Amino acid sequence: MVPLSYYLVLSAILFACGVVGFLIKRNIITIFMSIELMLNAVNLTFVAFAAELRALSGHVFVFFVMVVAAAEAAVGLAIIISVFRTRETLNVDRVNLLKL
Amino acid sequence: MHLVLFLIFGALCVGAAINLLVQKHPINSALSLIVVMGSLALLYLLLGAEFVAAVQVIVYAGAVMVLFVFVIMLLNAGEEEVLPHTSRVAVTLGIPGLIVGLAIGVWVIAHYAGLDRVNIGGPTVSNGTESFGAPSFVARLLFRDFLLPFEVTSILILVAILGAVVLARREE
Amino acid sequence: MSLHLWIIPLLPLAGAAINGLLGKRFPKAVVDAIALGSTAAAFLYALWVAVQFFRLPADQIPHIERYATWMTAGTFSAEYGIYLDQLSLVMLLIVTGVGFLIHVYSVGYMEHEGGYYRFFAYLNIFMFFMLTLVLANNYLLMFVGWEGVGLASYLLIGFWFLKDSAANAGKKAFITNRVGDFGFLIALFLLIKHFGTLQYDTVFKAVSAYPVETSAGLLTAIGLLMLFGATGKSAQIPLYVWLPDAMEGPTPVSALIHAATMVTAGVYMVARSNAVFDRAPIALMAVAVIGTLTAIFAASIGILQTDIKKVLAYSTISQLGYMFMGCGVAAYGAGIFHLMTHAFFKALLFLSAGAIIHGLGGEQDMRHMGGLRKYMPKAFWCMTIATFTIAGFPLLAAFFSKDEILWKTWASGNHILWLIGVVAAGMTSFYMFRLWFLTFFGEYRGELATDAGHGHDSHDAHGEHGHAGPHESPMIMIVPLMILALLCIVGGWVGWPRVLAGSDLFDHFLDPVFTTYAPAPAATEAVSGHEEERGTEIALMFISVAAATIGGLGAWYLYYKRTDLPARMAAAAGGLYTFVLDKYKVDEFYGAAIIQPIILISTNVLWKGVDTAVIDGAVNESAAGAQDISDGLRQMQSGNIRSYAGWVAFGAAVVIAFMVWRGVR
Repeated sequence: MVPLSYYLVLSAILFACGVVGFLIKRNIITIFMSIELMLNAVNLTFVAFAAELRALSGHVFVFFVMVVAAAEAAVGLAIIISVFRTRETLNVDRVNLLKL
Repeated sequence: MHLVLFLIFGALCVGAAINLLVQKHPINSALSLIVVMGSLALLYLLLGAEFVAAVQVIVYAGAVMVLFVFVIMLLNAGEEEVLPHTSRVAVTLGIPGLIVGLAIGVWVIAHYAGLDRVNIGGPTVSNGTESFGAPSFVARLLFRDFLLPFEVTSILILVAILGAVVLARREE
Repeated sequence: MSLHLWIIPLLPLAGAAINGLLGKRFPKAVVDAIALGSTAAAFLYALWVAVQFFRLPADQIPHIERYATWMTAGTFSAEYGIYLDQLSLVMLLIVTGVGFLIHVYSVGYMEHEGGYYRFFAYLNIFMFFMLTLVLANNYLLMFVGWEGVGLASYLLIGFWFLKDSAANAGKKAFITNRVGDFGFLIALFLLIKHFGTLQYDTVFKAVSAYPVETSAGLLTAIGLLMLFGATGKSAQIPLYVWLPDAMEGPTPVSALIHAATMVTAGVYMVARSNAVFDRAPIALMAVAVIGTLTAIFAASIGILQTDIKKVLAYSTISQLGYMFMGCGVAAYGAGIFHLMTHAFFKALLFLSAGAIIHGLGGEQDMRHMGGLRKYMPKAFWCMTIATFTIAGFPLLAAFFSKDEILWKTWASGNHILWLIGVVAAGMTSFYMFRLWFLTFFGEYRGELATDAGHGHDSHDAHGEHGHAGPHESPMIMIVPLMILALLCIVGGWVGWPRVLAGSDLFDHFLDPVFTTYAPAPAATEAVSGHEEERGTEIALMFISVAAATIGGLGAWYLYYKRTDLPARMAAAAGGLYTFVLDKYKVDEFYGAAIIQPIILISTNVLWKGVDTAVIDGAVNESAAGAQDISDGLRQMQSGNIRSYAGWVAFGAAVVIAFMVWRGVR
């Protein structure tokens, strides 16, 4: 039997890794994957609390999060593809036409 | 027993996550992410969330990550190059911010919520032989209380499909 | 029963509106008809009102008509209303009558000028405001008229506004008037503060309850401030400096505004406020002193002037001084009597001068005139009558009025003032006869027949039909002169004094105005009739006639008999001569003492200091500050996605930390 706090700490660490990756990485696909990592961390929190509170709505919420994540991944990757087509690069620092 | 399993798969999660950060080639990062999702599925099982674990493997690891890998292959993404001009804001603000956040999170959770006294996981039997997170129970909740959001998400998926098709279309 | 007196001011206003707005498209005849018609109608209506007035029973005088409330502010309220008593009736008839004659004259004088309709519109506006001034039943409405005639004066002095000197003269007149108006306004404020209203009847009744002040008190303050306002409008010391410059305007303007009517507004105001002045001996004495000093001061300047209109301007200032002297010894009736006769003879003088100028194609310098009685006989005779009148020739109008003032001055005990007045009368006679001799006698010193018009005012159009040498003016200009000459002769007879077996009609007519609110022991001297004083009065009459004769003889000697003498005397006097010729350098003094400091302060302190540094500085600095702030904020928009991500993460961390901190507590 694992204390709840351990799950929450794990989730926090995963989330932090996701944020760091989001900030550090230059490849746009890798940044996207960091976002997915963040979403997973949040899912873990939901499931942990569902188990503690014996409330299945936590699972349902995880379900919805996954749906949204999937939709977002699809659309986001489509955008990445079209950006790649115009800018010929996956380096997010190169996509800086808005720079003053 | 649960604790051991948790520690093993937890460490696997964290290790794969850090590997994602460290790797230069995106395909390596994608594979690490698959490892993360797999271990998370196992952790869900530990918490009695059977349905969620199954969905995690099937949808997340099996569809979304495959999509990622497809796109990496399609775009022939190479190794990350090192540009001279990186955003200092991201590095200087982001990492310390995160470390702070992480520390706060850990500290708060551990000491003030008293959550280190609550134990979860372990065998859970609600009624009959069905476990706590069995699909039937989730389904009951999903199709009764959360029917509207369910239908809305189906529309969301439809819109996402349309968007993805339109956006990724090659201009003629 | 209402006499509907509101019609009188509104008739010229209507004329002004029509002429002003539409006159540009009208032919001259239509403009004439409107302008003259409205003024004539006002005059005829005024005559009818006069007839009705004499039928009013004594308790209905003053006849007050109230039309509407103008404004209410707390306990103070002002209304549109008319106050008709003997004083305002006299003023009304003078203004409309003389005004009408001058309108007729202007038709001929301004015939070749541009802006014809504008001139008559301005004249009518002036009539409207002047009538408002004399007919108002409260000080506020009078002040409206007061300011309005100042405005009309500005517009008319600067009629030829393309000429720098005319525009500057208009400005000078308006600004100097404004300085005086400031004093008048303060007096009004004091009235409101202490009496709560500006209605004549209420104020005068309230003032009647005050005793005669032996030291400077409220009424003295009000009186002195009103006097200051009057010195501005009526060109007395210290604010007379605008009147000589005002001669830049067309001559009918000088006649109407700066001789007959507007400048008399100050005298009217003092006479109207006799209730206040009677109880403030210090203010009254100030009125008399200022009047007397102005009389002799202006006369001394007039002796040496060479421009015919300037001589008449200083003469006006001097005669106004006489009116103030009369009011200042509480002989208000005498002052108003002189106001009336002055309107006649001064208008006649100016209009005749205008006829001369018109006939010479714009020449105003007397050194270029001479011997004109051959060329302009009618103008000559009219001017002669006017000159003899102003000099105080017995039985002509000013003889009676001037003598009454001098007599009343002596009788009130101010012998020194009387002496100064007599000397000034002698000087008046001197410079008027000097003008007469220089203009009409001797050899003509101007150009006889040229085809280029020279002259001071922009009578340029005259050059067109060739300068045919001096000629008589058209009848439309001469007829008003004749009417005024007639009035000069008979106009004084209403004031035929009792010592000469007359009945002092005018004074008795005006008596109720000045005795109703007089303090109990009558401060006014109504002394003619006592035996020993009769002798004094006749003796004084002889003295003033003698002074006038001496002046006239002096002028005859210097400017007819031995015309070389003036130049030799001027050379001998040297510096004193130039000093007086330069009008005692008063204008220069004002310029240095008042105007230059104001300009310096405005430029350095207000313009450079306050406006540029403080106000502009504040605005510019706030704009620069906004720019700096946005420059700083602009750094956030680097176009770099990862820096945006960094900001988001940082912000999220702050929010989470805050929430945790709140939750922990």
